[in-house]
Amino acid sequence: MSTLLEVSGVSVTFDGFRAINNLSIQIAEPELRAVIGPNGAGKTTFMDIVTGKTRPDEGQVVWGEKNISLLGMSESQIANAGIGRKFQKPTVFEDQSVRQNLAMALKNPRGPFSVLRHRKTADGAAKIEAIADEIGLTDHLTRSAGELSHGQKQWLEIGMLLAQDPRLLLVDEPAAGMTAQEREKTTDILKRAAETRAVVVVEHDMEFVRRLECKVTVLHEGSVLAEGSLDHVTKDQSVIDVYLGRSDA
Amino acid sequence: MHKSFIFHNPSVLWFLLALALFTMAVTVLSEAFGVGLVSTSFVKTLGKTLCLCLIAIAMDVVWGYCGILSLGHFAFFGTGGYAIGMWLMYARTEGIVAASLEGQAIPPTPQEISDAIGTQIFGVVGSSEFPAIWAFADSLVLQLLMVVLVPGLLALVFGWLAFRSRVTGVYLSILTQAMTLALSLYLFQNDSGLRGNNGLSGLQNIPGFEDTSQATISMVFFLVSAIALAAGYVLFAWVMSGKMGSVVQGIRDNEARVRFLGYHVESYKLFVFTLTAVIAGIAGALYYPQAGIINPAEIAPIASIYLAVWVAIGGRGRLYGAVIGAAFVSLLSSWFTGGGAPAINLGFYTIQWTDWWLVLLGVSFVCVTLFFPKGIGGLFDYLVRKPS
Amino acid sequence: MHAIREAVLLLSLLCLSVMPAYAQSDAPLQTILQTHADEVAKPGRRSVSVVLDDLDASGLPNVLPFLEAWQEKRIWQREADGVFFLAEEDDDDLNLRDIDTGAEDTALKDGFSQVKPNGGVRRVIATALVKFQLTDPDLDRRSTAVAAIARRPDANQLEPLLASVDREVDAALKARKVQLANFLSARFADSTEDRIAAIESLSSDTSIEARAVLNQILETTSGVAAERPDVNIARILTPGTDLSVADAYAQLVDAELAPAATPSTVIRAALEANITNGSVAGIPTAELDNDAARERAYAALATDGLVPPLVTSSEQSKAADAAVFYEAYKEKDAAITDVAARVLEEVEARVAFAQTVDLGLDALSLASIYFLAAIGLAITFGVMGVINMAHGEFIMMGAYTGYVIQLFVPDYTLSILIALPTAFAITFAAGVTMERLVIRHLYHRPLETLLATFGISIALQQLAKNIFGTQARPLTSPAWLDGAWVISDVIQISYIRIAIFVLALIFLVLILYVLKRTRLGLEVRAVTQNPGMAASMGINPDKINMLTFGLGSGIAGIAGVAIGLYAKVTSEMGADYIVQSFMTVVVGGVGNVWGTLAGASLIGFLQKGIEWFNPSNTLAAQTYMVLFIILFIQFRPKGIVALKGRAAAD
Repeated sequence: MSTLLEVSGVSVTFDGFRAINNLSIQIAEPELRAVIGPNGAGKTTFMDIVTGKTRPDEGQVVWGEKNISLLGMSESQIANAGIGRKFQKPTVFEDQSVRQNLAMALKNPRGPFSVLRHRKTADGAAKIEAIADEIGLTDHLTRSAGELSHGQKQWLEIGMLLAQDPRLLLVDEPAAGMTAQEREKTTDILKRAAETRAVVVVEHDMEFVRRLECKVTVLHEGSVLAEGSLDHVTKDQSVIDVYLGRSDA
Repeated sequence: MHKSFIFHNPSVLWFLLALALFTMAVTVLSEAFGVGLVSTSFVKTLGKTLCLCLIAIAMDVVWGYCGILSLGHFAFFGTGGYAIGMWLMYARTEGIVAASLEGQAIPPTPQEISDAIGTQIFGVVGSSEFPAIWAFADSLVLQLLMVVLVPGLLALVFGWLAFRSRVTGVYLSILTQAMTLALSLYLFQNDSGLRGNNGLSGLQNIPGFEDTSQATISMVFFLVSAIALAAGYVLFAWVMSGKMGSVVQGIRDNEARVRFLGYHVESYKLFVFTLTAVIAGIAGALYYPQAGIINPAEIAPIASIYLAVWVAIGGRGRLYGAVIGAAFVSLLSSWFTGGGAPAINLGFYTIQWTDWWLVLLGVSFVCVTLFFPKGIGGLFDYLVRKPS
Repeated sequence: MHAIREAVLLLSLLCLSVMPAYAQSDAPLQTILQTHADEVAKPGRRSVSVVLDDLDASGLPNVLPFLEAWQEKRIWQREADGVFFLAEEDDDDLNLRDIDTGAEDTALKDGFSQVKPNGGVRRVIATALVKFQLTDPDLDRRSTAVAAIARRPDANQLEPLLASVDREVDAALKARKVQLANFLSARFADSTEDRIAAIESLSSDTSIEARAVLNQILETTSGVAAERPDVNIARILTPGTDLSVADAYAQLVDAELAPAATPSTVIRAALEANITNGSVAGIPTAELDNDAARERAYAALATDGLVPPLVTSSEQSKAADAAVFYEAYKEKDAAITDVAARVLEEVEARVAFAQTVDLGLDALSLASIYFLAAIGLAITFGVMGVINMAHGEFIMMGAYTGYVIQLFVPDYTLSILIALPTAFAITFAAGVTMERLVIRHLYHRPLETLLATFGISIALQQLAKNIFGTQARPLTSPAWLDGAWVISDVIQISYIRIAIFVLALIFLVLILYVLKRTRLGLEVRAVTQNPGMAASMGINPDKINMLTFGLGSGIAGIAGVAIGLYAKVTSEMGADYIVQSFMTVVVGGVGNVWGTLAGASLIGFLQKGIEWFNPSNTLAAQTYMVLFIILFIQFRPKGIVALKGRAAAD
């Protein structure tokens, strides 16, 4: 297990409000990690920083064996370096079919001219089939994504991440709005994905986190409050004070 | 291009068929090649309409498919027109000047010829010297290259600036409007090198074909416009059919998602913006020889907004919708404003359509936006799908 | 019988009137005039001064009217006895007036001859008159005299002007006299020291008059000579840089310092005139299609003496380089021109400063207009994310409201006072209607709102055209807004612009108050920042949107009245402002009153600044303006006053 992503001493301020305060997190490969914390703890901002959407005021974000700094890279460059991101709200391309959604995400050259010359290959089709199978949408490949149920959209988005074949997957609240059964399936997909790569799950739902059976990082006011197994952190008094004590979860 | 691409897109086939039938019908009925039921001036109108359809599908690609509401595509249409107009005007004036210098005792020097042409062309703005931008005006090949290069480069530079700073939505629309405004204001100046508000004129006279009748020339331009429209349609349909289409429509629906999938969204936008600008330039280069005159008023912001209106009424996101919208609204508009529509007498007030057409257009446009966001093309979809 | 009696009566009357005037000593002026009768009747420029001196010395009060009449050819001399009269022609008669007593009389014209001083004499008389007029007891006449001097300054006027200063009782006129005397002595004083002192004293005077005086002193003529001439040279011109070689050579030719040039047209004409058997000087005409061949042929003709010798362009430039081209001051004294040039420079620096101030005021008023036009748009855009393309037409509606009200209320002050709230009410209603009928259904589809409002815009514009016609309608401002506040010759600003500035200021304060201090403002801000949260707190976003849209439109209506007061009211006036308003909003930053203010100021000042650099070409100014905005957006895509934080990121 080697360190894939190292965030160190990162701070970011919005209009005087410190969203992230001297945050440091390491993610290994492969690893499944849950990031929890109350609203405004900086979970989404953390993802924004890693994926290049937000530039931190200070600190370092270092990636991979070659210790490349992700700061200064564009969102698409970071995505191509191997970081996939799933948004809180399911964002799939509703006007396009499930197959088109997955095909767009497949790891292929991303430039406009290579895309223009792109042809469908048997290899690509096989990969799409495999991913569809993984996320349980094999029967829905030709349907337009807008017709899928909420849960199916979430899986499709996860499937799109898998199609990108990233080394690190950032998943924002995958279980929001899902039925218990759907959650279980989501847990399975994420756990399997984490066997070969790093997966970071941001979640509110303690039950869901418990089922992931992984290392947990608790964020509070933009920095790490505690880290360890779920049992370990839930026993931590400071965590209980700031988070569990006030949460209905 | 995939061999099977056209056969996977029946709508492309249908469109090409309809266009071919229409073109043949007009040819057979024309004065030049047929029985003469369709007047030359109407052939010109139809030919111009085909060019407007071509820029409309370009607009549809950039707006309907890529989600960039450009309010400046007529700037590219106009620059294409100016580029070809420069050659037309230069070559024709050169012919006239050569004829007038013919009878002189001593053959003219190149400088004298150039001065005479310059005086002919720029006398109207009180100048006789050729501005630097006319350097290639004597060469048809180079000016044809300009038809593609000038709008293309303009779009490339503007698009690169705008997209890299992530200007989107209405901001981008306003910015494109500012671009076309700046261009038209610039061209309105007498020292712009393009004859200020006089514009370029006499473009319907094609150098080398002085003896050919306007009826024939109009028919040829009509046919060339039809071919250009067909080619443009196939090109855009092909580009938008494959993975490129997926990505571009993805950008329209959720730009951030596409970005996090690893696509460099700006490059795609730039590609679409520039490609459509080039096609718009070609459309303009075919339009203005049929119109006969181009002046800066043609590229005023309002023209590009009307373009958006056509595409919206025709139905965005489907190429045939743009064609229908452009043809329908522009022909209807010339019918109404040309006094073709009969006035309605209400007893206390007589509705003259020359006065009320714009009111009707404005109101119907609001209605289309409100009640038929998919436009006429959407109606088409509805009818086609109904049997299934 | 009757006629004869009348004639006799007339004759006797004439005799009666002649006799006393000629003989009595209570006619002092006539006496003086008779002393110099010849000079008065047929004055010459030299001889007249004797008469004038005597008249001046007499100190008689009626000298002035006499001089005026003399100058205006209203003096007639009776041929019988040489007596002078003031007279008016009346067909064949003359209405006579005695020069001393003023006694009136009528006589046939035949017995009189008119005294007609020539132009030169009249000027001498005029100068003499000035002296009298300048000391006239009537203030108006004195002012007229001073104004006359200012209009046509002349060396002769200096002395009487100076002499009259001490006796001047009116303070303002006295100051004016001193100023004018200064101008005159700067140009005409006898001693160099006096002139330099006068010129120096002009350094603090930025008036156009003072600058004209300095410029007149510094007037130059251009000339050319083989050697540097001994004149007061302003500058030496180098051919090729300061003037074109062709022009320089033409000057040389004019000064007969060089033979006439042979431009290509002359060569061509000469060649054409000398074609023999299809060739010129042995060169076939077909080969004469380039300048080199033509020059060769011409040179051959010149050798044969058929045409003047060829002056090639290299010879021209050589000749031009050898000669001295210069501009020389008409004023010969270099000391004076040096001082004048230095003083003019100082004055111009002051003028430039004043112009900058004036430009600043112009820009400020332009910015006020943009602010008024754009603030309504900014509010709707900021709160609702809606671009209202029909905003310009609301401005137009406001202006037409003002026009219609003036049709019914002839009192301009009253009508404007009625128009402002009425325009607000009408456009408020129009805005609310539009929001209810159209915009409400298009939330979250900003681009479609843009297009739908554009549809409304073209419909409204055409509707206005149908109702009011295409010609411009006047919206007349009250009389107290006419004219301008003149601070100096350079700095002035019309009252109407001040009024618009004040109006903009009032609206700035009003809008800030509404947004920051009222419940409505609080709710508006809440909806702007987080519509979902605002709704969950019991704010009805629907109502807020409606009110906001109405408010934005209403302000557009008021802006329309203001704009209509100084620009013409046409159906297209809205379209003229809409693009500028967009720019203002986009440059300023959305959803912020200060942003709009900053945007309006930037655009107003920039536009005036660019116009100042290139005053002849307003189109170019607008082009550069728009280009600047395009570039500006590159570097500040969110405008000058950008919202920061997470809200802005999406």
